[in-house]
Amino acid sequence: MTELLRSRTTLIWFLLVAATIFSWEMGHGVGLHDARYAGAAIIVVAFVKVRFVILDFMEIRHAPLPMRIVGEAWVLIVCTILIALFLKSPQ
Amino acid sequence: MPGEEGVWVFIFGDMMVFSLFFITFLYYRGQNVELFTTSQTHLNQAFGALNTFFMLTSSWFVAMAVQAARRNLGELTPILFSLAWVCGFGFAVIKVMEYSEKIRAGITLTTNDFFMYYYIFTGIHFMHVLIGMGVLAVLARYSWNGEFNDVKIRNLESGASFWHVVDLLWIVLFALLYLIK
Repeated sequence: MTELLRSRTTLIWFLLVAATIFSWEMGHGVGLHDARYAGAAIIVVAFVKVRFVILDFMEIRHAPLPMRIVGEAWVLIVCTILIALFLKSPQ
Repeated sequence: MPGEEGVWVFIFGDMMVFSLFFITFLYYRGQNVELFTTSQTHLNQAFGALNTFFMLTSSWFVAMAVQAARRNLGELTPILFSLAWVCGFGFAVIKVMEYSEKIRAGITLTTNDFFMYYYIFTGIHFMHVLIGMGVLAVLARYSWNGEFNDVKIRNLESGASFWHVVDLLWIVLFALLYLIK
């Protein structure tokens, strides 16, 4: 059990939880005072978390290259579209 | 490749559908930002954050369950899948509490556009959680006797991958529905 708990997976879980708390605080306006920057940062943090889930929990990091490309492309494309839509909307 | 090819095709399709949900939500939010931001203040962020914690933790248990099966620590695998199931159950309990809090406050699917998307997207995600809990229960039972061979580990990986998708879709839903202003 100790061997499992000391693995990279545990470190990733810890970072994911820390990132959630950080985003939650940003949602309350801590750190970035402009809601537009805070919102864009929250979306970026969400997709960084998603990327870790895909690469480390779903083990795509060591999957065949085409799968990794699809995973990375999905993260990049969807994240970019969402940030563009968010920043385009009037405040 | 972890798991079965067919499962990955399903997972990719599911992720595409949710991508459209996310894009639709932000597009219509852009048409009426004020309505969306005022409606968002009625959401309980603590419930959302707690559920994110449940999802991330259950995904972590599932990842460890698969690793345990590979590393000759197979006796831990069913326990870890069961712990993941408990976190899924925690998510479900919070979700039911959240929905009932909204309904008691008179907020339903027809209240406005924001809540229509809120109920539909979180509702479809909730169905994924319930199906995923079924999968986790099957995996816990399936791994009970140990005897992990390549086929068995592949099947565990397939089920595990589905649960991780349920986790990652929630991460984005939480950011878009609960957090961005």
